[in-house]
Amino acid sequence: MAGAVTAHLSQEASKRPKHITESAGVKWLLISIALVFLGLAVVMPLVSVFIEAFKKGFDVYRAAITDPDALSALRLTLFVALIAVPLNAVFGIAAAWAISKFRFKGKNLLITLIDLPFAVSPVISGMIYILLFGAQGFFGPWLDKHDIQIVFALPGIVLATVFVTVPFVARELIPLMQAQGVQEEEAAASLGAKGWQIFWRITLPNIKWGLLYGIILSNARAMGEFGAVSVVSGHIRGETNTLPLHIEILYNEYQFSASFAVASLLVMLAVLTLIVKALFEWKTNQRSSHEILD
Amino acid sequence: MKRLAIVRSLVLILTFTLVLAACGANSNSNSNSNKNGNKEAAATNNAGTASEAPTDKPKPPVELLNVSYDPTRELYENYNKAFAKYWKDTTGQEVTIKQSHAGSGAQARAVIDGLKADVVTLALGYDIDALVEPGLINADWQTKFEHNSAPYTSTIVFLVRKGNPKGINDWSDLVKDGVEVITPNPKTSGGARWNYLAAWGYALKQNNNDEAKAQEFVKELYKHVPVLDSGARGATTTFVEKGIGDVLLAWENEAYLSVKELGPDKFDIVYPSLSILAEPPVAVVDKVADDRGTREVAEGYLKYLYSDEGQEIAAQNYYRPINETIAAKYKDQFKDLELITIDDFGGWKTAQEKHFNDGGIFDKIYTPGS
Repeated sequence: MAGAVTAHLSQEASKRPKHITESAGVKWLLISIALVFLGLAVVMPLVSVFIEAFKKGFDVYRAAITDPDALSALRLTLFVALIAVPLNAVFGIAAAWAISKFRFKGKNLLITLIDLPFAVSPVISGMIYILLFGAQGFFGPWLDKHDIQIVFALPGIVLATVFVTVPFVARELIPLMQAQGVQEEEAAASLGAKGWQIFWRITLPNIKWGLLYGIILSNARAMGEFGAVSVVSGHIRGETNTLPLHIEILYNEYQFSASFAVASLLVMLAVLTLIVKALFEWKTNQRSSHEILD
Repeated sequence: MKRLAIVRSLVLILTFTLVLAACGANSNSNSNSNKNGNKEAAATNNAGTASEAPTDKPKPPVELLNVSYDPTRELYENYNKAFAKYWKDTTGQEVTIKQSHAGSGAQARAVIDGLKADVVTLALGYDIDALVEPGLINADWQTKFEHNSAPYTSTIVFLVRKGNPKGINDWSDLVKDGVEVITPNPKTSGGARWNYLAAWGYALKQNNNDEAKAQEFVKELYKHVPVLDSGARGATTTFVEKGIGDVLLAWENEAYLSVKELGPDKFDIVYPSLSILAEPPVAVVDKVADDRGTREVAEGYLKYLYSDEGQEIAAQNYYRPINETIAAKYKDQFKDLELITIDDFGGWKTAQEKHFNDGGIFDKIYTPGS
């Protein structure tokens, strides 16, 4: 099956004959190392967020997450992710396609440029937009004359978020598409398929897992970004504070329980994303095992 | 059926996106109905889609942005409510005040870079002076309101752990062996500059105005600082939450607030023999107020800080009121002590250049990690 190229192991693959697999001891050792590490490094801190959040009772928790400023931060965070993530998905597919399926000059430059946001500090990612669109910046006077506000407002926050999340989808797809090569597309084309037809029926099914992981990673980063957004936000309460910024504000205002309550909201958003991903995997798996039986 | 699978997966992604969008839209309408419809207009304006300027019509609801420094969060939260009520009662106009807080220097920088503040309420005059050159504020801003445009004052005190186990009673005790001092970075924090100057002033007085000895003392003091936070609130959190250090050099209002928020059983406030009179000033950002047509309400907003109610609110939030009658009412809260002023240092410009600019005395005496 075409889907087997992805890292996704099917049931069949994990049932290997005894003589080519590791001993049971090694297996359990590896599993327990992974579990203990995850428990200590991931689960425990996350659980402590919830413990701290409910420390002063459910009323404080509810008050914290229904506070108008918290709701506005939640709204802004979701809105920004909603713009940034689809934009990056489309750009990521286009860039990965161009890089892996065509030969052209400057390909390496394009790959390096895609990696750039990983290499620079998020604070710098914010600063560049201040330098470009700030009042003293390159386009500042023009923007001011036309009464357009970019930094310290929604557009700046979206731009900064897009900047830091650019590499995720493209970086997931490039190695995948390179490994797959162009044979399947060529075969489809020789059988008379047209451009979009090839994309929908061949390319997209082949890359769907990579794409999904890319989208999840970029969504997580978009909702959680602190540094870059902090620089361009202007910290206006109820207006340009995203959830991570709101958490810091509450923490600094001695409202520790409230700050962890809002933090738990952010954690739950992440968990929700993972649940959607798991559902998606499960559905597709179920269907492909049916197909195998057929 | 491979194709069907893909279509379904796409539908699933799309649904997820739509659900997110719906969440956003829902909470949007919810919170807007809490406040007034004006917010909606402001939001579209900010999105950069509508390019027309906010309207100038008489008495439509108006929105102000007050860009302030770190420790005034609680003060302005209370004051904004009182002012909105006062303004509605006297003019019939609805006013919504938005707040932004961070380190004083950083906030001035943000306003220079285009943060559309109608008014600024910062930690020291130097940070407002910085707005003059880019043409945001007229040079005579300090004459616009009474008392050099400083409606409340504060000073620097010591916050120590309960029972004062290290016996810290004055500046000279800070450089004793084994005492760890928490104060933020004077390069970025307004409060930290006041801390530094108060220590300098004390050392000058002890040593008959011998500058070299004062520098020696302050250098020794910063050797006792294990960590320099970037803002006053960060330093407070380091001291009270993370439990680092024996004494926090803090704004009087920050010290009182910590005691109030975290319990009088944990900390004591110590007044040194001498401190500095901090005058956090306020100003209307002329360019923004004129562009947005908010000058009248912006001036009203700052002026009301001088009213009896404004002064009461300042005192309740542990800022020293300048109104004598109200100050007398709270005289138990604000201890009398010898206070030097920034004028003893030749004003902020001179002090800033001599002590805090790159290559100034602070750079010479402070080496990180020593």
